Amino acid sequence: MFTGFFYLLRQEGIPVSLTEWMTFIEALSKGLAGSTLSGFYHLGRTILIKSESNLDRFDLAFYRYFQGIEQNEELLKQVGDWLEQPLPPRGFSEEERAALIDKLGLPDFDALRKALEERLRTQDGAHHGGSNWIGTGGTSPFGHSGFHPGGIRIGGESHSRSAVKVAGERHYRGYRTDETLGVRQFEVALRRLRQFSTRLDGPKEELDLEETIQATCHNAGRLELVWTRPRKNTVKVLVLMDVGGSMTPYAKICSQLFSAVHKATHFKDLQFYYFHNCVYENLYLDSDCSPYRSVPTEAVLHNLGSDYKLILVGDAAMAPSELLMPGGNVYWEISNNEPGITWLERLARHFPYNAWLNPIPSQHWDRIFGYQTLEQVKQVFPMYELTLEGLDLAVKKLMVRQ
Amino acid sequence: MNGGLHTENLLYDETDSYIVSDELRNAVNIAIALKRPLLIKGEPGTGKTVLAESIAKSLGLKLLVWNIKSTTKAQVGLYVYDTVQRLYDSQFGDKDVSDIKQYIKLGKLGEAFTAPERVVLLIDEIDKADLEFPNDLLWELDVMNFHIPETGETISAVQRPIVIITSNAEKELPDAFLRRCVFHYIAFPDQDMMERIVRVHFPELENFLLAEALKAFYWLRSVSGLQKKPSTSELLDWVQALTIGGIDPDRIGKELPFLGTLLKKNQDFDLALRQLHVRTTGGTAGGTNRGW
Repeated sequence: MFTGFFYLLRQEGIPVSLTEWMTFIEALSKGLAGSTLSGFYHLGRTILIKSESNLDRFDLAFYRYFQGIEQNEELLKQVGDWLEQPLPPRGFSEEERAALIDKLGLPDFDALRKALEERLRTQDGAHHGGSNWIGTGGTSPFGHSGFHPGGIRIGGESHSRSAVKVAGERHYRGYRTDETLGVRQFEVALRRLRQFSTRLDGPKEELDLEETIQATCHNAGRLELVWTRPRKNTVKVLVLMDVGGSMTPYAKICSQLFSAVHKATHFKDLQFYYFHNCVYENLYLDSDCSPYRSVPTEAVLHNLGSDYKLILVGDAAMAPSELLMPGGNVYWEISNNEPGITWLERLARHFPYNAWLNPIPSQHWDRIFGYQTLEQVKQVFPMYELTLEGLDLAVKKLMVRQ
Repeated sequence: MNGGLHTENLLYDETDSYIVSDELRNAVNIAIALKRPLLIKGEPGTGKTVLAESIAKSLGLKLLVWNIKSTTKAQVGLYVYDTVQRLYDSQFGDKDVSDIKQYIKLGKLGEAFTAPERVVLLIDEIDKADLEFPNDLLWELDVMNFHIPETGETISAVQRPIVIITSNAEKELPDAFLRRCVFHYIAFPDQDMMERIVRVHFPELENFLLAEALKAFYWLRSVSGLQKKPSTSELLDWVQALTIGGIDPDRIGKELPFLGTLLKKNQDFDLALRQLHVRTTGGTAGGTNRGW
């Protein structure tokens, strides 16, 4: 029953579990959808979706699954004629409903659809109060002012707009996580860089007052000291950001990430450097990449331990020579003795917790200008899109050693 | 879609002081009918917390609020064993300390379970707590009882409380927890809805002033690049400021008086004023290109 819908939801990438699906079926059998498509839509959305970022996917899936049944205008008119002079709405008691549900079973949407097509072909006129033809006040699956556990309301009073139409409007598009949102969302994503760094390492060196009191009292007043590990965030972060040139179109999103990283107060240490297109001998302190405000990359490697989590931000799209040739630096007054890729590999080796965030949407990665270098950088660093979803994945990756 | 919901004699509807959308009302009723906790998310200032009050009022039930802080532990919601008091009593008091029961203090969840009447329990801002917090409550919320090993007692819910949980999405909630909840995201109200909401708070408000204020408010929200968009509660403050200040409604859209009640960040303030300038003069804004 609607199982196709379940799989469609999962196909859309919504993490619907069997538990939730069973709850949904339970709710349907209690009649909570009120036998309307919009009821079904709202019920499904309420039970199956657990995050606003999936609401849009739900709308899409719903639209895809149900758009076929959106009305055919001419047919509707004909059926509308049959439904004129309806019976008064018939109230069904709970027992009657239950009996009917028992008798008729729960809806199988495909069968229902076929049956409706069949009726539309063969019905010749108005039928009211019955259990088969399109009519009113009866227990046929089609018509209105009656009851059928899995019927389709045709005509009659609508309680709200058509659900398929509502779904088609995609109001929740803005909440998708695979589109970028803003500083705040980035901050929330970065905050996860803390969640795994709890009390797992370090000696127990802090007096746990609460527990000591508790233990002492349990011990009938004889002092018992309880020690605990200090609860500190141990995450240290090194961010290297590509600026200028091909990164200019992404300045806004990069500056959002920049503010989010700097607002995140929970890192034990944060180091932030800039580079242009590729990392070479020097890293820059300012976004204008002035050689007067730079530090040797070697020094950064030397000074920062390998427990720093390395986040590189850049499009990784450049001329192949910039990545692969000695002296390939696009700033021709600064020559480099080693190709950029060597420096990148060196960084990756020194900082095993690493990730590369790329503002270019991943579907274009194999097509854009500079895809050759992008591909090669991707061999060195796991690369993620610079979107919320990508950042989430990157944060997860940063918590584990490759 | 209310047909089937009549099976539960508890049916929520909006109250005089709280306007609710059809979708939210249905979500509440679905949660009640399915006996699941209702998880509410939404932009700050969309009335997540007030919803529980409204439900309690509408159904005529008592409301218990459990405010979650970053240090709150799940255990505290069930019960606390006041061992310190017991130790104190054993040394200086004249109470009978062998009766442990008197040192067991029930938490909010415990209170909700033992209440003779059904209650509405609001677990406010659950995302503030530790990551494992929601998981620690799974069992209790599922089976609606818990065991106190110190006394050997089991506390079971007399009447299953209606549980409303709010979250500001500061942390991702664990999947196992989410699976058991019914979820609703309170979308930002549209202009008609907002008009009704403001009316509830300021019934005497002049139509023209309200219309102008709302127009300006929604324009402001549509300015792209704001770091924090103004929300309902800020609009209410602003409307109040406008009334008290006796501002001529014609000036609202042009000058955005008392902008500080709507925008709380310097950059946003500057941005809004610049955009306003562009809008009123039709000229180009200087120095908006703040990229790097």
